[in-house]
Amino acid sequence: MKKIKHIFLALFLISATSNWAQQTPAGEQTEVITITGATAHIGDGTIIENCTIVFENGKITAIGTGETTQGTIIDASGKHVYPGFIAPVKELGLIEVNAVRASNDADEIGDIIPHVRSLIAYNSESKVVESMRPNGVLIGQVTPKGGRISGTSSIVQFDAWNWEDAAIKVDDGIHLHWPSSFRRGRWWMGEPRGLHPNKDYQKQVEEVTTFLQNAAAYGGGQAKELNPAFAAMQGTFDGRQKLYIYADGEKEIIDGITLAKNAGITQIVLVGGYSGYKVIDFLKENDIPVLVQFTHNVPSFEDDDYDLPYKLPKLLSDAGLLVAIQNGDASNFQTRNLPFYAGQVVGQGLEKEKAVQMLTGNTAKILGIDATHGTLKVGKSATLFISEGDALDMRTNILTHAFIDGRNISLETHQTELWKRYSEKYEGK
Amino acid sequence: MRLLALAILWCGSSLFAQDYFPENAGVKSKNNNYTAFTNAKIYVTPTTIIDNGILLIQNGKVAQVGASVNLPTNTVIIDAKGQTIYPSFIDVFSKFGVEQAKRPKGGGRASQYDAEREGFYWNDHIMPENTAISKFKYDDKKAKTLRDVGFGVVNSHIHDGIVRGSGVLVALNGSGNDANRILDDQSAQYLSFSKSVLKKQAYPTSLMGAMALLRQMYSDAKWYGAGNANTKDRSLEALNENRDLVQIFEAKDKGNALRADKIGDANGIQFVILGGGNEYERIAEIKGTNAKFILPLNFPDAYDVSDPIAADYVNLKNMRKWNQAPSNPKVLAENGIPFSFTLNDLKSPAKFKEKVLKAIQYGLPKTKALEALTTTPAAILGQSANIGSLQVGRQANFLIASGDIFDKSTTIYENWVQGQKNVINDKSQKDIRGNYDLSVAGITYNMTIRGEISKPKIEIKQDTNKLKSKISYANDWVSFSFADTEGKNYRMTSLVTKGSDNLKGKLILPNGNNTAFTALKTGAFTEDKKEDQSKTAVEVMPVTYPNLAYGTKSLPKAETILFKNATVWTSEEAGILTMTDVLVKNGKIAKIGTKLPEGNAKVIDALGKHLTAGVIDEHTHIAALSVNEAGHNSTAEVKMEDVVDNEDINIYRQLAGGVTTAQLLHGSANPIGGRSAILKLKWGETPENMIIDNSPKFIKFALGENVKQSNWQSFSRFPQTRMGVEQVFMNYFQRAKEYDTKKKSGVPFRYDEEMEVLAEIINGERFISCHSYVQSEINMMMKVADKFNFTVNTFTHILEGYKVADKMKEHGVGAGTFSDWWAYKYEVNDAIPYNAAIMQKVGVTVAINSDDQEMARRLNQEAAKTVKYGGMTELEAWKMVTINPAKLLHIDERVGSIKEGKDADLVLWNDHPMSIYAKAEKTLIEGVVYFDIEKDQQMREAIQKERSKLIDMMLQEKAGGGKTQGPKMSKKENMTCESL
Repeated sequence: MKKIKHIFLALFLISATSNWAQQTPAGEQTEVITITGATAHIGDGTIIENCTIVFENGKITAIGTGETTQGTIIDASGKHVYPGFIAPVKELGLIEVNAVRASNDADEIGDIIPHVRSLIAYNSESKVVESMRPNGVLIGQVTPKGGRISGTSSIVQFDAWNWEDAAIKVDDGIHLHWPSSFRRGRWWMGEPRGLHPNKDYQKQVEEVTTFLQNAAAYGGGQAKELNPAFAAMQGTFDGRQKLYIYADGEKEIIDGITLAKNAGITQIVLVGGYSGYKVIDFLKENDIPVLVQFTHNVPSFEDDDYDLPYKLPKLLSDAGLLVAIQNGDASNFQTRNLPFYAGQVVGQGLEKEKAVQMLTGNTAKILGIDATHGTLKVGKSATLFISEGDALDMRTNILTHAFIDGRNISLETHQTELWKRYSEKYEGK
Repeated sequence: MRLLALAILWCGSSLFAQDYFPENAGVKSKNNNYTAFTNAKIYVTPTTIIDNGILLIQNGKVAQVGASVNLPTNTVIIDAKGQTIYPSFIDVFSKFGVEQAKRPKGGGRASQYDAEREGFYWNDHIMPENTAISKFKYDDKKAKTLRDVGFGVVNSHIHDGIVRGSGVLVALNGSGNDANRILDDQSAQYLSFSKSVLKKQAYPTSLMGAMALLRQMYSDAKWYGAGNANTKDRSLEALNENRDLVQIFEAKDKGNALRADKIGDANGIQFVILGGGNEYERIAEIKGTNAKFILPLNFPDAYDVSDPIAADYVNLKNMRKWNQAPSNPKVLAENGIPFSFTLNDLKSPAKFKEKVLKAIQYGLPKTKALEALTTTPAAILGQSANIGSLQVGRQANFLIASGDIFDKSTTIYENWVQGQKNVINDKSQKDIRGNYDLSVAGITYNMTIRGEISKPKIEIKQDTNKLKSKISYANDWVSFSFADTEGKNYRMTSLVTKGSDNLKGKLILPNGNNTAFTALKTGAFTEDKKEDQSKTAVEVMPVTYPNLAYGTKSLPKAETILFKNATVWTSEEAGILTMTDVLVKNGKIAKIGTKLPEGNAKVIDALGKHLTAGVIDEHTHIAALSVNEAGHNSTAEVKMEDVVDNEDINIYRQLAGGVTTAQLLHGSANPIGGRSAILKLKWGETPENMIIDNSPKFIKFALGENVKQSNWQSFSRFPQTRMGVEQVFMNYFQRAKEYDTKKKSGVPFRYDEEMEVLAEIINGERFISCHSYVQSEINMMMKVADKFNFTVNTFTHILEGYKVADKMKEHGVGAGTFSDWWAYKYEVNDAIPYNAAIMQKVGVTVAINSDDQEMARRLNQEAAKTVKYGGMTELEAWKMVTINPAKLLHIDERVGSIKEGKDADLVLWNDHPMSIYAKAEKTLIEGVVYFDIEKDQQMREAIQKERSKLIDMMLQEKAGGGKTQGPKMSKKENMTCESL
């Protein structure tokens, strides 16, 4: 009886979800749009005051002061324009409600499963994804989670009828969660809480390196039988795909990057990097970009500076590393706070435009979509938004428009609808 | 075995044959002879010392002791010249001989809510009826390991459960039988906060639950003892029978010691407390317990910090613990707190001496060390007339040692128990330690024998080359060997004779040929430097409050401070005042104005800065040792105030985010949770001082998925649906009402702490903060309250509050909500970030809360989100983390705004307080600066300095051959509503 009840609950949820579908995707850009008078945050560290931005057929055709206006004109005087913010390493569209198993498609069985692809499970009608847009987060890297190699991600934009339409870059990278040299005590099994040396660390590292070596060898020969896992890795050897290595400890960062390089992997991105500030020389020598953990975290160690998570992106950026911010460890819904994670670093003394870069130009570069996205440059996708004020501050991140490939997308959500419905209820009284 | 046989041979069987038992193995005979130990230094007690005296024993007892004693004619005289006699040691917290409970293997984690036993107390972990004697079997092999290090008597018990029953006092007498060696079979009653490993009953799942259980148990025992029950309860009967025994509480921690003592005080019981070795961190309060302590000797090993990366995983707290813990006995001694030592939790009794010597090295006076092993444990057990000293009439339990027992090189020769000799080291064994010229095959080597007389160590050198060498010495024969520079082995053995200090005997050459060697003694034994090191004082780091990183060496004091020219956010009608001065005096906001006179105040230039009231968090779980008591669906009897953790680093971090006050709530594991603690985050203070004065009374209730246990595999506890949740409330409130009526009518009633608390709610004396999500359950809760004529004070989380805001306003309930959380479980599908704004517009008092240690330190930003979502004005938004939560907590007369006369709980920000770019620069509570961004910088440097100093010390310890443990980090889990 209990079981049946739970199945009903799950069924109810599925039907409920599809009943409250997302905002209808906007149609193709059919006429030229010009934004005028805006403070344009280019996403490359620069800013253009009183800027005119023209876009047509989804692409920016002109940007600068005094450019000729065309088509529909949006007066953005006193307002700010930003490239759409990019959310790396997220399960957006893979998990709808964390506690409801039926709505979770982020973590497949298996420890090393690079062949598992996120894109085909991406729910382009997710209510959670939709709630990113009113805060300026318009692009995401949809990423599988769990295990050692959790699968292959793809990069999508957040206004589409289906995953195929959403895709910006298909199968862009493989995600490797490097073993930890320290592990948490399993307190429910009588072990003390806290962190203890992981006795299996070396063994786990061996497993990864053996896999990488075998995958490399597989690519070199003419294997008669397809090995899906080995086959899925080939792009990381020839530079088509990036390898995202998740590591936070000094040892883990050095081990992971060194061993992956030795195995012949060319494009490596460090994800997390809590101790990255201690191995800056190593990261620079190896030219490793960092998708640093988001700032709204507590320090991992009792003795750490209380503001270490706040200033970590600045420490890495000041040292000359290519840095972008991600919140892979947070719940999906939190990703709409991405702009504020960047704002927090400004409070630590980082230049504002550098903080903007950590959500736009830098992110696009790290994810390998900078040819088309990430900055407000002629020829790039018109994926951008207009905010009443400073988008990195909660009080002024208030969007009036958002465009994805020039399409004027809705800023309504399941949440704004409820807000309006109930506001009207009380106002009507 | 041989020694044992010898001992039996010596005493015959007479001493231990019971007088009235028939004898079939021979003829009955008695040995009433005396034995005298003459010319010895005798510690009759740790403070009564006879330098050259006689100890006379007969029939297992001390007959006479003194500088001169008339010896009866039937006395066997043993010359103990040059030797020292001490009373044997006593351990009052032993497992010796008593079968211990073992956690059964396997078994699921499914919860069992009811007791298994019949005819006993309702909770299986209360087992006063247990007796150690029923599980006792003498084990001489174990006894020998204890005798070898000096113990003669131990009090042993079953280390299992919250009430563990009585112990058994045993003399470690291998020659006798239980008729002699059991000194007391109802010796002390033992208690703890830990559940039985054998019993599966879920309650209590938490420390606060264990405390509540003990309180209720004592109350029930009284009630039962007065004949009020009409059923039989063998547990309570046993508890009442054991009432006159010494009550020993296993606390194992300074905080738990205080918790146990408080329960004892409330019930007229003075517990003896098993400490945790960290009592020095709160010594004044430990002294205030007036308890005698039993101290562990398991001082932590140094951490192996030779890998600098791994060393980062050891925090300053644990490094300090290694450095400071051995001084714990010294600190207790200095404070006049009586204590005994125990072997409990020591890896092996063989470590005992090393650890006691360490305590002495760290400043414990030897007299106090001896008391801790003899007179104090005897006094704890009320057995001073029988054991623990060598006064006349006491048991003849004593040690014969080669000298000062707390000297590293001293040997214990014999440990006599109940007049029975046990040889530990042969005292007739000659001291062969010293320097020798060893002649072997025409070469002379330098040989040094050192270490203990019975366990000597050897060093053989050829010129300056140290050679690999070994020695063994037993029964007057010494054998040794060494390998020369080419690795060839030479083996020798010699009889040690009284006549000559030289050694000579047989030598076997590397080629197998037999020949002879000589070793001519050239010098007497002197203690080497390494052993001297143990006598040098060690640098002990100062204790801070709390004793971890960012603690302070002394508690900060209230100051008179004048903030000049600030932008003041009053959270009052006055709104925002620019260029305004605020004077803080005597912990209060003394004056608000412009151009206030400086007087003797410390002036802080606040031009361009913002001064606000301290942020108040309506819903937190930081600073808690436990969050949920999940063992029952109603746990109104538990109190968060019992489990405040004043050492949580999150307190400091939240001060750095401008938070000054927080309600520490019970979790949401059950519909009726526990009582709250409202804290001021006075970093460094004791839990008692952090709890707000005259605290309003609050309790946590919860609704929805958590109390239904929807999100994990649990199907056995009522309620499983929202329908059931209502029934839980209706039932408990009805019962509380009936209880209260009965109580007020004067009829005898069974005191029930849970019902007392629920009655307070009905009587309007206690406020509910109710965890809630969806509109149906919110509405239901208000209707339940209406039926019992009270008002729900606060709905916390309240994510669908916007759907029933009008009803909430009508009921008069406030809201403490998240700014923008949703989508993490099914019941928050309709949670919207506009919730706070809608409720506020309808007229509900709204606060933004955290329920999260991270979000709590940015509540200023969370408030700012209501400007974005729903268009709140900045003034109204700021109230949501200051005066509004103060109102919800009924402390708005004292805190939550900047108003003359209110507590000086203030934050100075470098920017607009709701700007993402703002930082708190100073956070004050009652005029005391608890966070200062400049001082924080200094502390960072000090932490690094102290860490590197301690790391150096640990590296030295390792290099010196000290034991080390792998680096590790004790880490608190992020506590939320759902934490167990």
